[in-house]
Amino acid sequence: MALARMILQRLLWVLPVAFGVVTITFFAARVLGGDPTELYAPPEATDELRAQIRAQLGLADPLWKQYLAYLAALARFDFGTSFTTGESVGADLSARLPATLELGLVGLVIGILAGIPLGVLAAVNRERWPDFLVRGVTLSGMALPQFWIGLVLISIFFVQLRLLPGPVGRLPIGVAPPPPVTGFLLLDAAFAGDWVLWRMAAMQLVLPGVTLGLTTLATVARVTRAAMVEALQSDYIRTAIAMGHGRGMVWFRYGLRNALLPVVTLLGGVAGHIFGGAVLLESIFGWPGLGQYALQAIDHSDFAALQGFVLYASLLYVLAFLLVDILYLLIDPRMRA
Amino acid sequence: MTVPLLRVDGLGGAFRRRDGGLTPVLHDVSFALQPGCITAVVGETGSGKSLTALTILGLQPSAFVRRSGRILFAGQDLLALPPSAMRAVRGRRISMVFQDARAALNPVFSVGAQLADVHRLQHGGSARAAWDAAVEALRRVRIPEAERRARQYPHEFSGGMAQRAMIAMAALVCTPALLILDEPTTGLDVTIQSDIMELIVELCRDRGLTACLITHDLGVVAESCEEVVVMNAGRVVETGTTEAIFTRPQQPYTRRLLAASRLDAAAA
Ligand SMILES: Nc1ncnc2c1ncn2[C@@H]1O[C@H](COP(=O)(O)OP(=O)(O)OP(=O)(O)O)[C@@H](O)[C@H]1O
Ligand SMILES: [Mg+2]
Repeated sequence: MALARMILQRLLWVLPVAFGVVTITFFAARVLGGDPTELYAPPEATDELRAQIRAQLGLADPLWKQYLAYLAALARFDFGTSFTTGESVGADLSARLPATLELGLVGLVIGILAGIPLGVLAAVNRERWPDFLVRGVTLSGMALPQFWIGLVLISIFFVQLRLLPGPVGRLPIGVAPPPPVTGFLLLDAAFAGDWVLWRMAAMQLVLPGVTLGLTTLATVARVTRAAMVEALQSDYIRTAIAMGHGRGMVWFRYGLRNALLPVVTLLGGVAGHIFGGAVLLESIFGWPGLGQYALQAIDHSDFAALQGFVLYASLLYVLAFLLVDILYLLIDPRMRA
Repeated sequence: MTVPLLRVDGLGGAFRRRDGGLTPVLHDVSFALQPGCITAVVGETGSGKSLTALTILGLQPSAFVRRSGRILFAGQDLLALPPSAMRAVRGRRISMVFQDARAALNPVFSVGAQLADVHRLQHGGSARAAWDAAVEALRRVRIPEAERRARQYPHEFSGGMAQRAMIAMAALVCTPALLILDEPTTGLDVTIQSDIMELIVELCRDRGLTACLITHDLGVVAESCEEVVVMNAGRVVETGTTEAIFTRPQQPYTRRLLAASRLDAAAA
């Protein structure tokens, strides 16, 4: 079957992609990232001490030896140890992944549920006021930097109105997380039956989720509008109208289904971007996700952490585009040949 | 003469250009469609045939500005109907077959599903019954293996097969009083063209349909149509029975059109 064959093909790509990404980040980090010894050695350290630190950090061997050792460890799913946290990179990543996923899902869902209807609304009212309104929103959503939107929302809803909690991460300061099951606070709190905690976690998610949602919905609405305008001008839409179909049927069944293809493509890229950890957004909201981890790794020339993150992010893109291709097959029969 | 089923009366209009000005394209277009007859609309390219046909169903491009005229159908002026009433006319009372059938069918739904959608819209009933009706309609237009074909998508159909499916949708699943066909055989192989024309004529005769056939093929007109409307540059040049138009054309334009088509036929 076409679907199974395609999935298999894509999965076969995972290895070469991972290998390429690992190799490039390995050498790029070492060439461009500076010497971490300087960060860990006291300024008055002797050459002897420096050499000792280098050996501890695993940087004493020649580069090609380090590289082979890293590959060998990777083959056992050992991503190495972070200089900064002292933990294994694998454990670090999986500890931070749920924070990024939880926030990313909220942003993505807002972006899709609001962006697609807004795009349709604009397209069916082309060159009339709803269209101008939506185009204004999408233009500002794409032109304004995400961190700026986040800061404005914080200053309105937290600082001024006191409606929502401050940007201190996933839970208010001093509140202990629920017993970890999935790492998703909303799920874990629900499993624990702790609805007070659930509410706190949800409130913390609102501002960063909406910020992420606004920038996502802007691009989703723009692409939906363009694809929908094109679909509505097609011969098959004229046929549907000629046969007496009402607007709902014409727009949402006959039009939107065709217009969804470019939207799905866009969403693949957007999802890869979001789930890779929105660095600035996480910093502003004190969100302990992958973006912050990656930023910290760069700051500290934390090679293993950086390589682990980049590897994760690139596999994420491979997965996102695999999902896009599967959705394509489901939406468009012409792809199933 | 009997009361016509549809009368286009003094239709005129223009296209709005990008610079805001108007380019007139239809001038006082008037003709009548007699019930139970197949009326041909002929004329060279750009003479306004498609635009007139689309305007009857309210499907004209949005840049077209109508400036005069009425379209009388069953005692009502279609041009004055509110959108909901117009929707009730489309498919149910007046239906249309377009030129490029593969493009006219929706690429992401199976052909059977599209026919079934129309069936449910026009006649209600269960999804199962609608599907059966769709398959039956495909069988009636002589699509082989209708059951299997119904599950296929437009890109899996040849142009001729797609046009048969389109005709099944417009004339069998819909049960209109008037069927408009805009160059239904243009772009198809010659042998398939005559098969499709045969099918159209047969359906019209069987069901007592009134049809308005836009075509460039005067051979088809002579063979299948009772009445002819000749258009040129947005005007109706001449109307009459097929016999009158072919044997006693009154206008120089009509004579030129006939002469050109005889040359074509001789060359072929
Ligand atoms: N969307 C449009 N915008 C501007 N002008 C148009 C548009 N559609 C049609 N026209 C113009 O309107 C006139 C009538 O076009 P129409 O399509 O009705 O011609 P036709 O008789 O059907 O020709 P053909 O035999 O080529 O199909 C032409 O001059 C054409 O250029
Ligand atoms: Mg035409």
